[in-house]
Amino acid sequence: MDMLVGVDIGGTFTDVLTFDEQRCQLHVAKVPTTAGDQSRGLIAALDTLRTSYPHIALVTHGTTVATNAILERKGSRCGLIATRGFRDILELRRRDRPHLYGLTGSYEPLIPRDLRCEVTERTSAEGAVLTPLAEAEVIAVGERLAAEGVAAIVISFMNSYANPTHELRAKAILEARWPDLYVTASADVLPVFREFERTSTAAVNAYVQPTVSGYLAKLQACLSSHGSPGGLFIMQSNGGMMSAAAAQRYPVHTVLSGPAAGVIAAANLAGQSGVANLITYDMGGTSLDVSLVVGGRPLTTGGMELEFGIPIMVSMVDIHTVGAGGGSIARVDPGGILRVGPESAGANPGPVGYGRGGTQPTFTDAQLVLGRINPGYPIGGAADLAFDVPRARAAIAEQVGAPLGLAPEAAAQAIITVATNRIAGSLRRVSVDRGHDPRDFALFASGGAGPLLVSALLRELGAAQALVPYAPGIASAWGCAIADRQHDFVTMLNRRLADLGLDEVARCFAAHEAAGRALLRQEPLPLVETRIVREAELSYEGQTHVVRTPLPAGALTHERIAASFRSAYLQRYGQTEESFAGLGQLLERIPIRLLNLRTAVIGVRPSLALKDFLPRPTTTLHEAYKGTRPVYVTDRFIECPTYERARLPWGERVDGPAIIEQPDTTTWLEPGIAATVDEAGNLLLEVA
Amino acid sequence: MAVDPITLAVLQGSLEQIADEMDATLERMAFSPVISDGWDRASGIYHPDNGEVIIQGPRGLPNFIYVMEFTVRSVIEWVTDIAPGDVYIVNDPYLGGTHLMDVKMVKPFFYRGQLTAFVATSGHWPDIGGRVPGGFSTQATEVYQEGLRLPPVRIMDRGRLNRDVLDIILRNVRVATERQGDIIAKITALNVGTDRLTALLDRYGKETVFDAIAEMKTRSEQLMRSHIETIPDGTYAFTDHIDSDGIEWEPLAIHLELTVKGSDVHLDFSRSSPPCRGPLNSVRSTTMAGVYIAMKHIFPDVPINAGCFTPFTFDLPETTFLNAQPPRPVAGCASEVCQRIIDVVFGALSQAIPDRCYAAPMGTVTNLSVGGDDPELDPYVFYSFIGGGYGGNYLTDGLTNGNPTIALARTQALEIFEARYPVLFTRYTIREGSAGAGLRRGGFGVIFEFRLLRGLAAGSLLGERGRFAPFGILGGGAAERARHTFVLQGKEHRPAHITKDENVPMQPGDILRLETPGGGGYGNPLDRPPALVARDVRRGYYDHATARRDYGVVIRADDGEADVAATARLRAGRRA
Repeated sequence: MDMLVGVDIGGTFTDVLTFDEQRCQLHVAKVPTTAGDQSRGLIAALDTLRTSYPHIALVTHGTTVATNAILERKGSRCGLIATRGFRDILELRRRDRPHLYGLTGSYEPLIPRDLRCEVTERTSAEGAVLTPLAEAEVIAVGERLAAEGVAAIVISFMNSYANPTHELRAKAILEARWPDLYVTASADVLPVFREFERTSTAAVNAYVQPTVSGYLAKLQACLSSHGSPGGLFIMQSNGGMMSAAAAQRYPVHTVLSGPAAGVIAAANLAGQSGVANLITYDMGGTSLDVSLVVGGRPLTTGGMELEFGIPIMVSMVDIHTVGAGGGSIARVDPGGILRVGPESAGANPGPVGYGRGGTQPTFTDAQLVLGRINPGYPIGGAADLAFDVPRARAAIAEQVGAPLGLAPEAAAQAIITVATNRIAGSLRRVSVDRGHDPRDFALFASGGAGPLLVSALLRELGAAQALVPYAPGIASAWGCAIADRQHDFVTMLNRRLADLGLDEVARCFAAHEAAGRALLRQEPLPLVETRIVREAELSYEGQTHVVRTPLPAGALTHERIAASFRSAYLQRYGQTEESFAGLGQLLERIPIRLLNLRTAVIGVRPSLALKDFLPRPTTTLHEAYKGTRPVYVTDRFIECPTYERARLPWGERVDGPAIIEQPDTTTWLEPGIAATVDEAGNLLLEVA
Repeated sequence: MAVDPITLAVLQGSLEQIADEMDATLERMAFSPVISDGWDRASGIYHPDNGEVIIQGPRGLPNFIYVMEFTVRSVIEWVTDIAPGDVYIVNDPYLGGTHLMDVKMVKPFFYRGQLTAFVATSGHWPDIGGRVPGGFSTQATEVYQEGLRLPPVRIMDRGRLNRDVLDIILRNVRVATERQGDIIAKITALNVGTDRLTALLDRYGKETVFDAIAEMKTRSEQLMRSHIETIPDGTYAFTDHIDSDGIEWEPLAIHLELTVKGSDVHLDFSRSSPPCRGPLNSVRSTTMAGVYIAMKHIFPDVPINAGCFTPFTFDLPETTFLNAQPPRPVAGCASEVCQRIIDVVFGALSQAIPDRCYAAPMGTVTNLSVGGDDPELDPYVFYSFIGGGYGGNYLTDGLTNGNPTIALARTQALEIFEARYPVLFTRYTIREGSAGAGLRRGGFGVIFEFRLLRGLAAGSLLGERGRFAPFGILGGGAAERARHTFVLQGKEHRPAHITKDENVPMQPGDILRLETPGGGGYGNPLDRPPALVARDVRRGYYDHATARRDYGVVIRADDGEADVAATARLRAGRRA
């Protein structure tokens, strides 16, 4: 019983990675995802690897089951029970619209109005019961909803964050009478104010719960029946894993499961190269996910909007998605300006060069025309795909070159330049927005299209170096396999710092820690240590946006909390004491408010390094050399050397212009950029 | 010199990112919830010679699109010795403003010692002094009564905070401490803008950047003109009304004759009503902004800069309430009159390009402010705005509880209101039956109802559409009008002007109920698929009787589905 299994199930592929620590063996399988029941694909992949099920110690799973259920609106029929007068909160949102300009679009909430009911009860903002819960009404609406055939019910009462008694009582009543129903109480998922966001988060939880629970139960049974004694753990959006039992109760925490695993992998893999501050970007077919890793840890955020009108406010790795991918469409607008994206040709029909019926030129087509992608070696290694370069060239000539008066290659170059600028801008925005200077960071490129741009982004952002991992295609599965366990807690206090008793803060943190440790004790795993990270969310009185402030270790005082906040505040807004001169004094006069206390209880697992499992190539640079290919650089085609990534000897330097190929991506080294495979197996790029 | 197309696209993206970063900075650091949570703010970069807009943040408040150009121009005209490190603060509606609550700050950008551009930012303050907490007086007869009015004065003087100006401002507004925070947020946002502009010019050179700016203007104009050319030539007239000016119960007509000729549009507002006594006047900049916002809603892809305004000419005489002169009161211009101008443009253009248009949205912000003393906490000003329905349109039913066409502002959470102010909400629901019927119906308005818990308070409302309903187009029906009710010591009090009232004294236990309009319908309701009508009825959006009366759909009592045969008969009779 010594085998660890990491599984990442995406929309197209199921990646499985097994490794045996004692024997230092690592195996990887990539199989098509089985829609409907993803566990079949998983088992198929394990079978491909001839996995010895009795040796499995642990399966950690990144999943898109919850995300897909929401985005495709294929979750369960749910009911909602609200405070009398407030059943429409979910449909009213916060008064907004889907597009900044243009007034089209309507909105369908996850729970339709005919399944939303009201009961008499009311709690004040201070948590006092103003109107007792009418329990008979709870039963009556429960009967109605049960008769409507709902599989899950959300209970969301006004101010339940301040006092959840009524919600919990209603939940108990429903569960006693209808033991098969899934019941989510809003304050149990998110004990924080803002009734719409809390209700929405609870609605997402309920909407995906029957599906996720059913899937995990089935998967667990399946693994057991194959003889696996190991526990099943699920990757959470916060980058830590939790037991399948916890995921069945709080599936809303799995919404960013796969992407979070990718960022965890980036932090781990770059850490092996000794790089702790990263801007990671994962560029796939339609979109680009950007995250920051600071001091070896991914930055987290308190929530996101999954799509228009569906916010989920749970702790998650802060992933910013931009509509820029290999399939991004290039066009010249009627004003004569070249634009690339956010519209995408996706995987189907895909770029023109795929020859699957795409007619609009894309980012990938431009790369093809410039010779940077090997037409005989498609990304993802899809055997049935052969690129049609002349077709891509014709589309670019006609739709971009002619209107701009550029030759086809120059037009393709323009597409790349515009896309690079847009992507660099969003990478910059993401870092600056979070108070960081991109020049202090290394880039971490992944996704099929990511490493094609890494040279250009390195220059554009002025970053010191960039990394391309050994196998970007399995990064998420690796992230699953090595993730720590993590449980996050939040308590809302919403009081002036000066009025807050420090004993209350201490009690609150102690309760978080105890609850977290209790969860770690269930289904125990070997841990190196349990780490406790404490943060407070503070603001100056009156502000809406809070600043997450790490609290210093040791005894807390009001002064120490205030000082931590002030320095976090300046850092967050990219200011220094000097740049803020004069203004800071004005702020000093304003009282500080403490909104929330947050604790992450992290069960740190023994660390693993991918390089320990990689075969160190014995080939020479010459043996890695695959010949040359004409690549368009600046204003003409030049013959560029190409190399096979897996055969590149560690420590030897390759100077651009050059192309490094591997089954899941292509790295383009511009002239003036040099790359070396370092001792961790990562490809390290620097300005030569 | 011509800029190559690649540099052009890159610089356009870079400039947009600068404005976006300014918006993000302001939004996060602001104290005004209207800015931080409601996004009632905008930032941009402006031409040093004439204040023309070079770029605005893509997420900026639409209403400020054009107004800020006037603001910057007024700074250029007003300030004689513009110096590096200065920041001017201005909110005068008559110097490129909107209403007084929108406080703008403008900073000259010097590059290598030369005035090279202006950066500016605008954001709504929850209070600006004056006779009513929150600033939305309905009884003011002069702008002097509406609050503190600032021409462009230095809040930063050559890099140093001007405490004199700051102190004057803080002495004249309610809840002054928070406004200090807003001033800091705006200055920081402006600094972000000038820092980033310096970096951009260092990299590309001033000449290239300004060549690109000139080119961007040309391209925007070209794009806007190419859209206008798709509109058939002709003159399209439309009239809609403002209920009243808050003082006299007389409607104010907005009469528009919109003439399209080739790629030019002329808007003649000259036959609109004369200036009014109450605060429902509009200033020239806000009126014109309404037209541009309407066009941007119809053609969303045109990048905002001075170029997209050039195809439009106006007949907007000072004899109309749409171009009022000092000292007329103007509190309602930015929120209410501006929306009606947008509605009128939609109404006119729906005759020409119905496949790109919308039936009328709710057309009002419904500004609510309650100021009072909470015996348990500090004195407060509780300001909010309430959504309504959008019009049905060429693609979809109208959105329920949308934000105003002029804004992106979201309402705050009720739980935050309850935590901060002595109010308890009793209802926040869809206002059933409030949407206009149509092939694609309007969205619904809301019912927003709360009770005062403690202390004495004064409630003020400035809304619209209590008298003239949001219209339908192409045979669609009108929506329900607004209806607002105070319940004072158990007795109902309906404002004389329906949606407008000021300083209504409220005691603990008193209730205010706001019922907002839905949106108008698009197309003949008899063409709406019966199954959709049955679904609407099942959800309680409207009742059986409405389904029959407005849509000609008979709903079966037993299963709630549409009775297909009976519906066909009823509809055939109606059409005949």
